[in-house]
Amino acid sequence: MSSFSVTEPSNGQKWFAGILVVLYALITIMPLAWIMMTGFKTPPDSISYPPKVIFEPSLEGYVNLFTTRTRVGQEALDALPPPETWYEEIVRERDMVIAGPSKFGERFLNSVIIGFGSTFLSIVLGTLAAYAFSRFKIPLADDLLFFILSTRMMPPIAVAIPIFLMYRNLGLSDTHLGMILLYTAVNISLAVWLLKGFIDEIPREYEEAALIDGYTRFQAFYKVVLPQAATGIASTAIFCLIFSWNEYAFAVLLTSGTAQTAPPFIPTIIGVGGLDWPAVAAGATIFLLPVMVFTILLRKHLLRGITFGAVRK
Amino acid sequence: MSDTPLTKAAEATPPTVARKIRGLSDRAIAWIFVGPTIFLLLAINIFPLIWTINLSFTNYRANRTNRAVEYIGTRNYERILNDSDIWLSMQATAHFLIWTIIFQVLIGFTLAWLINRKFKGNDLWTTIIVLPMMLSPAVVGNFWTFLYQPQIGLFNYVIAFFTGADPSSFQMLGSVDLAPWSIVIVDTWMWTPFVMLICLAGLRSIPDYIYEAAEVDRASKLRQFFTITIPMVLPFLMLAVLFRGIENFKMFDLVVQLTGGGPGSTTEVASINLKREAFEKWRTGYASAFAIILFVTVFGLASIYVKALNKVKER
Repeated sequence: MSSFSVTEPSNGQKWFAGILVVLYALITIMPLAWIMMTGFKTPPDSISYPPKVIFEPSLEGYVNLFTTRTRVGQEALDALPPPETWYEEIVRERDMVIAGPSKFGERFLNSVIIGFGSTFLSIVLGTLAAYAFSRFKIPLADDLLFFILSTRMMPPIAVAIPIFLMYRNLGLSDTHLGMILLYTAVNISLAVWLLKGFIDEIPREYEEAALIDGYTRFQAFYKVVLPQAATGIASTAIFCLIFSWNEYAFAVLLTSGTAQTAPPFIPTIIGVGGLDWPAVAAGATIFLLPVMVFTILLRKHLLRGITFGAVRK
Repeated sequence: MSDTPLTKAAEATPPTVARKIRGLSDRAIAWIFVGPTIFLLLAINIFPLIWTINLSFTNYRANRTNRAVEYIGTRNYERILNDSDIWLSMQATAHFLIWTIIFQVLIGFTLAWLINRKFKGNDLWTTIIVLPMMLSPAVVGNFWTFLYQPQIGLFNYVIAFFTGADPSSFQMLGSVDLAPWSIVIVDTWMWTPFVMLICLAGLRSIPDYIYEAAEVDRASKLRQFFTITIPMVLPFLMLAVLFRGIENFKMFDLVVQLTGGGPGSTTEVASINLKREAFEKWRTGYASAFAIILFVTVFGLASIYVKALNKVKER
């Protein structure tokens, strides 16, 4: 860059812009920071007025998130042997004993199983379809691609009506398999569109050289194209994972127990022990943190992912 | 490579012929590769869609399976068009849609423009700003109900701090006047970065030499902004609006968690109304007709919009 350029903003402009953007970033991050802080407050601290910024950190929210508790009388409490673990101690201070684990662990595990299951399927099917769309002449290819995309325009509740009836007949309601298939069907449009873009960018010459060297088309696909597309496949997979992880509408309508994921469950925590905001905040923190980490890892491909590959930067 | 007669012959053979000899033909592979995806979409998207169309002409109720199903023609559609609840929910959707798009475009574009001043550390701050949009809307909506609590909520406290009002004097989620705005605020907080990222890509796509030429022609900075920056970013901005428009027309999870459609039905957007009809009142046939109307509306509006977008792009 030359020392004088008409397109390079002046130092004053840079400072001004920088201060405004930092200000916005701090405001935007405040709700997230607040929820993470609330997870480490005691229930009384979490609802104090004025809101407490400085407080004594406590793990009570996390203990309450993972356990169910029952209140016992003072006499019964005195008769109990002293608490053996730190979390029992926290619970005892509120005149309660641990009754058992809460359902949060199971719901979180369901999110993991369904998230990874549907991501894996979407990526396998999506990569194959994207390769075919990228390399072969498929009749009506553009119409098919548009059709795949248009499946995203249905409101999820509208799709849920017939799926609800269909799953009821097939016995897929509230099952992991049912949810995995459903999320795969939703994710596949994103996977095909993104992966087609990534595969389009790999020069055809590589495969043609391999074909001439005696590879079959299939060998050329998995020995030449797949390794080249690895970064694209990885970032597409993360987008699919985040979608399944965050999905709420289908989950709340089609699951109730066995296969319920965390998003419909977290808001119900509040009902378990009255106004237990630290437990809700703890659940939200555990649930949102992985997505934040992935977002930071993905930042180079973020734009592409959220626009279905329409904007590639 | 060894120079045997055999490899020479292989090299002389056109690749298309060679491919037919080894392994499956390209056409077979194409169908094997695309087949499973098409099958899955047919089973989980198209078949249900056709079923919904079929149901929309009946009086079927999913909670009474032993009742005989009658075909009632287009009566469901006629009733929907005269249903004041449905029109109210369309109004709520329109309010939400229009205001979120206005705020997100204004703030998103401004932020992108500022970030494009290329100050030190702009990458880091961009990443921080982007975080909310990747999070689960249901969980986000749920924790915003905490921030919106009168008295103890952070949002009310901050507003009260700057305006001097009593933090328990207003209820963001509980009042008929404020609830529609409280959902707009959360959606704007969450999705402004989306518009920002797309605008930023647009701004970065403008080559420097255009500005340099304008400078040579002595065009003022303001004039450059309106004759270069805005027209060049417009296709990107329109794309962002398309995505946000479709998403917010379908909006369900965030609003359900924040207000549940209330108070009364002030924030009952189309998807929430649809959910009530289908899964609480169990008027499956009626809800199916409404679902079809919604789908046709999104699809129609999006198609017209895409045509306009393509015209802008061609300019």
